[in-house]
Amino acid sequence: MRTDKRHSRPGRTAAVALAAAAAVLTASACSGGGGGSDQEVVLEGVDDGTTLTMWTRAATEAQSQALVDEYNAAHENQVELTVVPTDDYQTRVGTAAGNQELPDLFAIDVVFAPRFTTAGSYLDLTDRIGALDFKDALAPSHIDVGTVDDRQYLVPHTLDLSVLFYNKDLYEQAGLDPEAPPTTLAEFAEHASAISELGDDTHGTFFGGNCGGCFVFTWWPTLWAEGQEPLNEDGTAANLATPEAQELYSTYRGLVEDGAVAPGHQEETGATWVSLFPEGNIGVMPMPSTMLGLMPEDLNMGVAPIPGLTGGESTFVGGDSIGIAQNSEYPNQAWDFLRWSLEEEQQVELLAANGDVMARTDLADNEYYAENPDAVLMNDLVAVGRTPYSLGFGQTFNDPQGPFLPLIREAVYGDAGADLAELNDAVTASLNS
Amino acid sequence: MRHSRKLVGAAYAAPVALFVAVFFVAPLLLVGRMSASDWPLLSGDMGVNFPANYESIGDNPLFWPAVGFTLKYTGIVVVILLGLSLLLALIVADGGRRGTGFFRTAYFLPTTLGFASASLLFFGFYSPSIGPLDPLLQWIGLTDEPVSWLGTSGMALFSTVVLVVWKFAGFFMIILLVGLQAIPPDVYEAARLDGASRWQSFLHVTLPLLRPALGLVLILSVTGSLLAFDQFFILTKGGPDNSTVTVVQLIYREAFQRFDLGAAAAISVVVLVALLVFNIAQFRALRRDA
Repeated sequence: MRTDKRHSRPGRTAAVALAAAAAVLTASACSGGGGGSDQEVVLEGVDDGTTLTMWTRAATEAQSQALVDEYNAAHENQVELTVVPTDDYQTRVGTAAGNQELPDLFAIDVVFAPRFTTAGSYLDLTDRIGALDFKDALAPSHIDVGTVDDRQYLVPHTLDLSVLFYNKDLYEQAGLDPEAPPTTLAEFAEHASAISELGDDTHGTFFGGNCGGCFVFTWWPTLWAEGQEPLNEDGTAANLATPEAQELYSTYRGLVEDGAVAPGHQEETGATWVSLFPEGNIGVMPMPSTMLGLMPEDLNMGVAPIPGLTGGESTFVGGDSIGIAQNSEYPNQAWDFLRWSLEEEQQVELLAANGDVMARTDLADNEYYAENPDAVLMNDLVAVGRTPYSLGFGQTFNDPQGPFLPLIREAVYGDAGADLAELNDAVTASLNS
Repeated sequence: MRHSRKLVGAAYAAPVALFVAVFFVAPLLLVGRMSASDWPLLSGDMGVNFPANYESIGDNPLFWPAVGFTLKYTGIVVVILLGLSLLLALIVADGGRRGTGFFRTAYFLPTTLGFASASLLFFGFYSPSIGPLDPLLQWIGLTDEPVSWLGTSGMALFSTVVLVVWKFAGFFMIILLVGLQAIPPDVYEAARLDGASRWQSFLHVTLPLLRPALGLVLILSVTGSLLAFDQFFILTKGGPDNSTVTVVQLIYREAFQRFDLGAAAAISVVVLVALLVFNIAQFRALRRDA
């Protein structure tokens, strides 16, 4: 509740105020536009002691901060990193873009990127990316989503994949083979059911039942692995009522009905869905790969690809892409940071060393991954994984009032066998609005 | 002489007038202009399209349910807050009793907490995985199974009302307390001499004399509830199944999920006009009876 107290007096004060306000408005209307740089393009970047500003969201702060600290230590240029709370990030960047107040460099959750690339918020990097000798190794799905009309605007920054996490101790207790994670969705359900039999405080699995973004991130890979396309290529039509999709929903629906899902799934908005597994009482669930480095030391767990209905594997290649603001005055200096951050040494020493997934697919053979098979598995998935593209992605899938959540909730919690065609049409309509 | 007095008066008022102009009137005009324009968040003003933004309000399937829910929520919260804060004020009004200071402070304390922080605190309380409420209730033996505090539309509304009442009852109590203390003791004495019972003197002395304070509480709580946002944004995100979407959440959604400032501004203007009418009606009603 807000307790605003606003008084305004009629008469002369108001007239004065109106005049003043009109003046302010006229002034602000005239100050838009502008910005941009007339620098000549230097493909390898420039390191001349420029101070660059950069924004990222809290979810990927650790990786960004490590890169920035290392860069600042070894370069004349200095990057000033501002970290914005994840939930506010799109709002903040959107507002800044409208006001031409973007920083030189800003990362963006890759699924929201098309909104910003098509609106002209990012600088065209096609030539600069083309000059990199490792350009073909950059996470392909990130590059695809950052491309508009064959022009490339973004490079991958931090990668966050959806993978199955499973608790080996619970697998053993339930009489399952701890070295044989599920290879089909049916097996996944069997394992989850078996583990939920272990006791009241042990649960088979968990998911964010009131979180549209979580469903896309953790459930769509099953469809992709099955050769399905839940979203068409140009992001204008949804395909979420197919028999395969129905089977996916009904499998999870069955787990809910059997009580194999930890309590709280129905109201989980996505704020705390990853906090259950590390407690050690969840059997198997799909989660973000960035959680791997945050697992307790004593948790005996493994990682596996998300399987399709009948086999195969896929992943949602999420995380942040990064680019240079269209109105940045220092694109060459900003590119110096981006190019440097993608080089082998930084990718291996700063990301692989920490168990993170790298932005490149050609560096998996490194000393740190040799001792970390889970990281190798995740890094290899980057090549086969997908990043869905749609201009209306956020307002359709992430918005809690968007049309995707009602479809999923009807399928999982509503009437069994409900007809989803109409709800699917609503999703398609939102993608095009 | 008169003339210069007027000038001095204007000079005194000028800083406030400037403040109001820059921080209230100017944004208001800007919102008005946005509401009549095609104004995407990312690309800025694309020209006038009046009245497209206003027409699209009615087409939004979430709008009328949100209006209905906001009014329902406001009704519930205002009745409970008014009753409870009056009760609290009456309990702690007598400063002479032992422990009064403690209880006044205790009731007022939630007010000092930020609203977002309070919402997050309750989000933790209600969480099925980390919340202490369920284990506590089960230990006492009141419930057998975990309660889904935010999982159904009824419980989500109930849980949010509990938060809001906890957060604001103390604040409104203080307003009413000041009102109570302004009532001179001799009025009560006269009532007692006339043979009025405690209940009669409450009904015929306290309530009428408390009217200005009650009016203030009413207007603040009605306006605040109609503008509800933070608590639902944090606790329910409008769920489950869009059952707790308030009007202000729709504004936020248009602006920052759908990136359409024009549509957001149009709803804002409608809400502003509705609030204005509502408050004028309330002022009139309160003044007429006084």
